[in-house]
Amino acid sequence: MDSPLFDVLLAVLGGAIRVGTPFLFVSLGECLTEKAGRINLGLEGVLVFSAMAGFAGSYLSGQWWLGVLLAGASGALIALLHGLVCSLPRVNDIAAGIAIMLFGAGLAFYLGKPLIQPQAEQIPSLPIGAWLGADPAGSVAQALNINALFPIGVAIAVLMAWGLRNTGWGLKVRMVGDSADAARALGSSVNGLRVAATTAGGFIAGLGGASLSLYFPGSWNEALSSGQGLIAVALVIFARWHPVRCLWAALLFGGAGALGPALQSVGVTGYYYLFNAVPYALTLAILVWTCSPRQALQGAPSELGVTR
Amino acid sequence: MNLRDTAESIALPMLALAGGLLLFGAFIWADGHDPVQAWTLLFRGAFGDAFSLQNSLQRAAPLMLTALCVALPARAGLTIIGGEGALVLGGLACAALPLALPLPGGSMGTAMLLAAAAIAGAAWIALAGWLRQWRGVNETISSLLLGYIAIALFKHIVEGALRDPASLNKPSTPPLAEALRIGSIGGTDVHWGLVFGVAACLLAAFWLGVTTHGFATRVVGGNPRAAQLVGLPATRLIVVACALGGAAAGVAGGIEVAAVHTAANASLIVGLGYTGILVSFVARHHPLAIIPVAILFGGFLAAGSLLQRRMGLPDASVQVLMGFCFVVILASEAARGRLRELFVLRRPPVGTAPAAATA
Repeated sequence: MDSPLFDVLLAVLGGAIRVGTPFLFVSLGECLTEKAGRINLGLEGVLVFSAMAGFAGSYLSGQWWLGVLLAGASGALIALLHGLVCSLPRVNDIAAGIAIMLFGAGLAFYLGKPLIQPQAEQIPSLPIGAWLGADPAGSVAQALNINALFPIGVAIAVLMAWGLRNTGWGLKVRMVGDSADAARALGSSVNGLRVAATTAGGFIAGLGGASLSLYFPGSWNEALSSGQGLIAVALVIFARWHPVRCLWAALLFGGAGALGPALQSVGVTGYYYLFNAVPYALTLAILVWTCSPRQALQGAPSELGVTR
Repeated sequence: MNLRDTAESIALPMLALAGGLLLFGAFIWADGHDPVQAWTLLFRGAFGDAFSLQNSLQRAAPLMLTALCVALPARAGLTIIGGEGALVLGGLACAALPLALPLPGGSMGTAMLLAAAAIAGAAWIALAGWLRQWRGVNETISSLLLGYIAIALFKHIVEGALRDPASLNKPSTPPLAEALRIGSIGGTDVHWGLVFGVAACLLAAFWLGVTTHGFATRVVGGNPRAAQLVGLPATRLIVVACALGGAAAGVAGGIEVAAVHTAANASLIVGLGYTGILVSFVARHHPLAIIPVAILFGGFLAAGSLLQRRMGLPDASVQVLMGFCFVVILASEAARGRLRELFVLRRPPVGTAPAAATA
């Protein structure tokens, strides 16, 4: 039970949830946005900004849940800006996403300058391992201490999958994503629906930001997010635009992201940077594997630019 | 007609930049700082005296080259944003070449260093272009992912195999020999990299505007269907445009190493590739327009430290300014050709078709 291999495997399993939670929220937010026919590459900026806002909220109020709410709200605000800019004629959503990515990061670094030192009230963890009867001090129980936001993310994934399939709202979102003309013919506001979906997606992605700054790594600094938001965009393609598959993809990437630190903790230090680059390489490999130049991807909203 | 289009193409980005500066002023005013002082410092710190002007020009050189890394693929229809990766690999290739084979001193050796940097950058960005043509992988996402992978490779090699044992606190490669470095122009502080940057922009403008190959590239970017109908080799043209852009960004990294840092280390990763994206978008992906825009933003970067010292603003202030400028520049596209209807959202042409049918 004490072999290094077992330790690494356990750390990767625990890390899949710990590191994967931000991926889960951002990919769910992106999934909702893309279902409505727009890409939001700006979720990278949303993630950084909401991580800062969540940390500030928890630090100033002393209540972690206020921080989480503030993170969601500020994420929604930045995403709303993306939605509005994209609604202008002749504005390309990919270019707007790049702009929002830089804008959100710049704003977060500016406003977050005083927050680099202090400690904020953290999101509590749920001791699943201890509930299941494992030794609370042992490594198994440690690995099963999970982020309290994670079950919320799972609930959102299931709810979103159900809502997109079974509610009028879900039908409208899917309709503007598949055919703007059909939506107009039925008298729906295409831009209105897309802005609403983008904003709601920003709120969900903002919860992922709170998970970064208030759970793991659990502090605010300028290197907090390096491409997780962008990886999540690619995850949605991998998950074929289905919220529940986003959950599995997020766990897979969380595990890949936890590999580097896990190996370092058992003494494999030589390839630290390369192991940390595994999620990026994995994303690229999966994109190469799943994309096809000839036909649109199965399940892709047909108004989406990323698949054309 | 054409003259009016050109005038608008120049006026619109300038108005948008003014709007970005205005929003930045409002933002720091809300934060309790004096916007007028900030604007004054921005321009004084950028172009106020000979010292700051030289500083601005020195920072503009790599921006011109990284902006080309966005502009050239953009003219072929691709949105590439991974210039940072090509830049760090170019810097690494430049620092590593003298360790691999003995180089002649002087300009011949320096040319070989920059060629190595160009090849490294070109290969990296061409890969993103080729992945898109081969598998339909979105090039914006893949180029940025490749950028992160490049930075990881850079750190792995600089802090591992090529680390100079003498660099204690800041892992670096061994410094370049004096004879291989790029010097200053005349009696100024500005290094020859500026000349390379301007020359690259002029060459790119010549390639796109005058040569047949450049014209074919613009056809592929502007109208892929027309390009297909006349039988242009789209994949080859796109990969070449990406390779040229990547080569420019790689040379930027090589120049930063050979002229400024003298070795490859973490000082190279300061976001020059990301600022280049903004420069290219402001210049509307036009190589000639990149030159003045790069000088302007090089100036803002140079003035950033003045904002920090005199007004106590955070070092991310310039980044906030650039974020505002970027958003406003994109939004300003909506006003092209219809400045009066600026804030009217796109109306769907519902009802016009049936009316025409009955008439």
